[in-house]
Amino acid sequence: MAGLFGYTLALADDALISAQRMSWWISRAPQLEEDVALANIGLDQLGQARLLLAYAGEVEAAGRGEDDLAYLRDEREFRNVCLVEREQTDFGVTMARLLIFSAWQCELYAALSRSADATLAGVAGKAVKEVAYHLDHASRWVVRLGDGTDVSHQRMQAGLDAEWPWAAELFDDAFLDTGLVDSGVAALPSSLRDAVDAGVSAVIDEATLTRPDVATHYSAGRDGRHTEQLGFLLAEMQHLARSHPGATW
Amino acid sequence: MSRDWPLWEVFVRSRRGLSHVHVGSLHAPDAEMALRNARDLYTRRQEGVSLWVVPASAIAASSPDEKDSFFDPAADKVYRHPTFYDVPEGVDHL
Repeated sequence: MAGLFGYTLALADDALISAQRMSWWISRAPQLEEDVALANIGLDQLGQARLLLAYAGEVEAAGRGEDDLAYLRDEREFRNVCLVEREQTDFGVTMARLLIFSAWQCELYAALSRSADATLAGVAGKAVKEVAYHLDHASRWVVRLGDGTDVSHQRMQAGLDAEWPWAAELFDDAFLDTGLVDSGVAALPSSLRDAVDAGVSAVIDEATLTRPDVATHYSAGRDGRHTEQLGFLLAEMQHLARSHPGATW
Repeated sequence: MSRDWPLWEVFVRSRRGLSHVHVGSLHAPDAEMALRNARDLYTRRQEGVSLWVVPASAIAASSPDEKDSFFDPAADKVYRHPTFYDVPEGVDHL
């Protein structure tokens, strides 16, 4: 069961790994303008991850800072949901995932901005404006692609179908010590589901897309059991810090 | 597809009370996305509190060839400048 350390780490890892995937798009987006937009979004997420990782290190009180937690943990020690760790080299997939993820982050941070934990409330209060913009960006692209040409509609629906089965883990309470919820520190994951669902469904409707009717994938990232793709991501992300321990600019 | 995106001119108002000033241009599929791209490209460092985007095709521009007839005649008409008055004390921005 995740206490305050595990909970903070889980939210930090979601943001960190998502940021790393987002950075793949730098120099690859369909337009220079979109390139900058996706980089901005990734950097916002990285900023959230840094604050949360630093706080997790403080809570753990074992002398680990944000860099130690980001660069010196192995795959099984990461607590992010599998939704964010998989490759996203298709623009439709990227927008579908960002739609789901940012809609969830909006509700999460809105709830956490009222947390009994002052640091979590502070981080969430700052982040909630950032993720509202991410949601706006994803929503507009999903609507434009879904309600665009035949090809864009098809590819946007395919992206949504690919990401939908991974969303359920965001709302799974199993990993969390419910004491954290009772004391008003954490937001109960399942309590966010209806609001996220309503928001995402409204966008799907406007985009003339269909709510995917697909089975949920087994996904246990919160327990440290990841898809095979996380290892490759970490190899790239951690390579420099591990090859040159303690290196600074 | 990407080459079809029209060009938009971006104007930023840096503070309340000041005018929107042209800062550059960008590509976007429509006005809503142009505003959002402008936000990402031109207000990253708190440059503004308000944004306008205008289709570049909607702007009528004076031609460099007409520069002489457009602008030079104003050069020798000093009486158009309100420099022959004493500025009252306390009026800084007349």
